[in-house]
Amino acid sequence: MVALDKIDPRAEMPAAKIAELDLQVLANTPVNSEYRQLILRAPKDLLESCRAGQFFHLLCPDAGGEHPYLRRPMSIYGYYPDRGELHFLYKVTGRGTRALGELVPGDALGVVGPLGVPFRIESDWRNLVLVARGVGLATLAPLALEAQRRGIRVTAICSARHPDYLMSIDNFRAMGADVVTITDAEGTSSTQNLRAILEDLVAGGAADALYTCGSNRMLKVVQQVARDHDIAGQIALEQQMACGIGMCHCCVRPFRRDGVIANLRVCREGPVFAIEEAIAW
Amino acid sequence: MVDLSVDIGGLTLKNPIMPASGTFSEELSEVFDLELLGAHVTKTITRGLRDGNPTPRVCEVNGSMLNSIGIPSKGVGAFLEKVVPFYRQYETPLVVSISGNTEEEFATLCAEVSVDGVDAVEVNISCPNIEEDGKAFAIRPSSTASVMRQLRAATSLPLWAKLTPNTGETSEVARAAEDEGANALVVSNTLLSMSIDVRTRRPMLGNLMGGLSGPGLKPVALRMAYQCARATRIPVIGCGGVSTVEDVVEYLIAGATAVQVGTATFIHPTIMPRLISELELWVENEGLRSVRDLIGSVIDDEQAEAVVFMEAAP
Ligand SMILES: Cc1cc2nc3c(=O)[nH]c(=O)nc-3n(C[C@H](O)[C@H](O)[C@H](O)COP(=O)(O)O)c2cc1C
Ligand code: FES
Repeated sequence: MVALDKIDPRAEMPAAKIAELDLQVLANTPVNSEYRQLILRAPKDLLESCRAGQFFHLLCPDAGGEHPYLRRPMSIYGYYPDRGELHFLYKVTGRGTRALGELVPGDALGVVGPLGVPFRIESDWRNLVLVARGVGLATLAPLALEAQRRGIRVTAICSARHPDYLMSIDNFRAMGADVVTITDAEGTSSTQNLRAILEDLVAGGAADALYTCGSNRMLKVVQQVARDHDIAGQIALEQQMACGIGMCHCCVRPFRRDGVIANLRVCREGPVFAIEEAIAW
Repeated sequence: MVDLSVDIGGLTLKNPIMPASGTFSEELSEVFDLELLGAHVTKTITRGLRDGNPTPRVCEVNGSMLNSIGIPSKGVGAFLEKVVPFYRQYETPLVVSISGNTEEEFATLCAEVSVDGVDAVEVNISCPNIEEDGKAFAIRPSSTASVMRQLRAATSLPLWAKLTPNTGETSEVARAAEDEGANALVVSNTLLSMSIDVRTRRPMLGNLMGGLSGPGLKPVALRMAYQCARATRIPVIGCGGVSTVEDVVEYLIAGATAVQVGTATFIHPTIMPRLISELELWVENEGLRSVRDLIGSVIDDEQAEAVVFMEAAP
């Protein structure tokens, strides 16, 4: 048998842009009662090719009585070429994520990536506004990191059921973002309030682009504000995936593109789409 | 150096590993050099535009998967304009998979894709999703013969007939395809299946039913490959559940001349080049000069013909 490491596609095929490789688990710890953070050791060149909004396709282990077969797509939560680390934030919801939850430091995890179209940041944008709820926070977090690296200002509007479930706030602050929190428990997460906050930012000249992920309600508000003020908006979407690289067409969703409703592959034409193309679900 | 090349009805492949239709596309070139493969096989197209089935289109079952993608198709025009030219940059033979709802439509498309740069036409007479309730041409010998006759008349390129496991007449269907001019048999497509979420009581697929692929399909497809190799004189291409080099060798021993790799590529996108180097090593370790020495080497001499062609429970 040929050893797996002898056929590292990155080593043998320099033109390759998508890598399949095993990474070592450095940490896999709970963030709160629902979410866990997974940290993998990754080669520098792989991390340097990552962009905010992209994802990896993870080969969840046979563990905890679970035998997931298909890979699971997971947004990049953070990538740190200098530290050699790739971060994911996930909620344990099904077979695949339960198995992921069983990983311990030293285990190997198979990854394919980075995959998908990343968030776009135009060179003349100075103020980004991120609007996220739940696991959407994980997807938008690396955008704050990228903005910080480029010296761009970020306002992160973080929504949750309860203040206890507000994740990543310290992370966003550490990356220099202004954080606004809205929660169901405090009665601040209504669409009216979100709209008011966004209108204020727009009026104050603090919104050159809007980014969102994770909530249908938020999509509608962000879509309206973007349209009313002619501001660029982008959304990262999710869909069940098999291949993750565009071959199988299982991950399609309907979008408004070129004047028609078109089925587009979330893994390939996305996961980031222009906000005006997205159709609420 | 061992010889991995095989001959599929006049078409020489540098090795017997190729992708299965619907589990391969241009995008895989971003993972490895597609020139390594024995052949390129494109996703089935239809003549006109098609949307495909409602989502969810896949689910996993016991280390295998079900799919009801349907055949979303951008039509033959877009295919000839965009897809065929992409594969022309490779020396590797291009096999184009087609399907149709009627014999006439099927044959017209077959003629339309018989263009420069295409080396063989794989006719998907087995797709369980297109025809009502999963019925397909390759379920019966008579409908197989009839559509193959029209397809044969429509092209001078090698014709590969892709069979279905959703039949009780595998050997008869295989012979019907051979008699009407098929140059090879691809065995097989997915097995019609179903899965239900017991909590919600809803079928797991938007289309209710779908096709089983992956390791769970392998014994079924291997049995069919064996039957087809015994029943005909044309090359058989094994397809179903190939994930390891042992699977490849098993198909070859059963009588297949080459194999197609489908679902395994979703799990390990680099699996095909890996299988090629592992197969080379396997043949070398067996002390053989050519992979062709493995083909049909199954030791089954004790078995009666009746058992070979059995289609009922044992
Ligand atoms: C997502 C998916 C899409 C497929 N699409 C096609 C297709 O368009 N045409 C076809 O002939 N077979 C199609 N197949 C069947 C495969 O080509 C192959 O026959 C089957 O999956 C068994 O091989 P495997 O177990 O290696 O996947 C598809 C299979 C899958 C999983
Ligand atoms: S997951 Fe296969 S095409 Fe998107």
